[in-house]
Amino acid sequence: MKVLHWFAGICLLGTLGVAQAEARPDPDLARNLAATCANCHGTNGRAVQGAGNEELAGVPKDKLLQKLRDFRSGAKPATIMHQISKGYTEAQLELVAAYFAAQK
Amino acid sequence: MLNRRDFLKTAGLAAGTLALPGLTGCAMGSRPRGHVVVVGGGYGGATVAKYLRMWSDMGVDVTLVERNPQFISCPISNLVIGGDKTMADITMGYDGLRNTWGVKLLQDTVVGLDAGARKLTLASGGVLGYDRLVLSPGIEFMFDQTPGLETEDARRTVLHAWKAGEQTVALRKQLEDMKDGGVYALAIPKAPYRCPPGPYERACLVANYFKKAKPKSKVLVLDANEEITSKKALFTKAFEKYAGILEYRSNSELREVDAAGRTAILEFDKVKADVLNVVPPQRAGDIAARSGLKLINNRWVDIDWLSYESVNTPGVHVLGDAIFPAPTMPKSGHMANQHAKVAAAAILRLLAGEAPNPTPVVMNTCYSFVDSKNVIHVASVHQYDAAKKVVLPVPGAGGVSMAANELEGKFALAWAKNIWADMLV
Repeated sequence: MKVLHWFAGICLLGTLGVAQAEARPDPDLARNLAATCANCHGTNGRAVQGAGNEELAGVPKDKLLQKLRDFRSGAKPATIMHQISKGYTEAQLELVAAYFAAQK
Repeated sequence: MLNRRDFLKTAGLAAGTLALPGLTGCAMGSRPRGHVVVVGGGYGGATVAKYLRMWSDMGVDVTLVERNPQFISCPISNLVIGGDKTMADITMGYDGLRNTWGVKLLQDTVVGLDAGARKLTLASGGVLGYDRLVLSPGIEFMFDQTPGLETEDARRTVLHAWKAGEQTVALRKQLEDMKDGGVYALAIPKAPYRCPPGPYERACLVANYFKKAKPKSKVLVLDANEEITSKKALFTKAFEKYAGILEYRSNSELREVDAAGRTAILEFDKVKADVLNVVPPQRAGDIAARSGLKLINNRWVDIDWLSYESVNTPGVHVLGDAIFPAPTMPKSGHMANQHAKVAAAAILRLLAGEAPNPTPVVMNTCYSFVDSKNVIHVASVHQYDAAKKVVLPVPGAGGVSMAANELEGKFALAWAKNIWADMLV
């Protein structure tokens, strides 16, 4: 296992440098978070046409973020989204909303 | 610091003597490259195969080994058993993975894993090498814990129908063939098992069928657990709607089965049924459970929650029902799909020589039909806790339906269409 740890360390050095690897935010964070929505809203927010769940791809960021905030506060009634939206931080919801807005 | 040439030399040297994770991607720089083999084309495996291709811009090669020619969904299969849907409604091909995503499909069964050499042996006799391996084998039944179900004959009479497919069809046929006035008994194992609300949904949908077609018949639920394990208040209410048809008995663990007599033998009681449906206790599928991967309780694979990599077998990632679940995490198709995306992201970073995302999130939604149209849900969101090194449910988030309702019946079917497309299209 020692060799493996050493190798993993070298691997990071070879690409980024360890300090940078820790400091640099994961560029795929928004993509990964948005992927948790795909089960109901489709891959990259492109819902199956006619299935009955909302399409998120291309929705303007502010509009989607406000909707998520309203679900979270209870201002907007829902069957399930009021419960799910509470599981994400404000920063995470912003990333998710920005990611879907960018999907054309 | 090593320069790139020295690094490549060192990596090359090391590769000559040891099988090392992430080698290909590491040597290539930050673009992930390599060959990932995925075993099992269910909710976890099909999703990880697609997302590895999609998120690597088709840069990583993916081979999916699946024994069945088509995907048949467990979620929604209770509606087939209840007579509301057909097998065609829950069956889909793997063409999307093959044609749209360029996943190489092998219809085969993996019979051996040499994690040191990074090689799999196939039932057809072939050998398959990999840079990283994903096992998504689902569950295997522990028939040794249900005496009386050791033989194939017994298992053709007393069905589980807990893996969708021919058993789903066979159970539906037994229910159709049963005389009005008969008894359908369903034995539920102790948790954890695949799909916590599934047995209660099945009981409701069979009762719903009896109510319409065989009103003198009974549904008897024999639960090994001390209470309903999921959506208890909502299922209790649903069971009340079937008063006179459905009877629920807690603390009723099955000890033995008399298959020929279609009799469930409990500690203090024997229950004779016309249709006996036994969901046996479960563990991780064979390839995950018998390849030297560290197990918990000798049943489920112990994984690292950032990468879904086995804690003792580098390069082998495990998803879905086969893993030892994090606190309150259900064994569900939805959850397996979520595991798959965290694992896909982690594998691509490892293949590129980078550390996995340190803040993964997964969430779950399980919809259950209580009749042909009305549905109840349970939902949860799980965030990674760096101190505890596990994903934990977010307090105050998640929850269940207020009451069974038709709107969620529509959402449940929409969920199915979208998740099937998310894995396969």
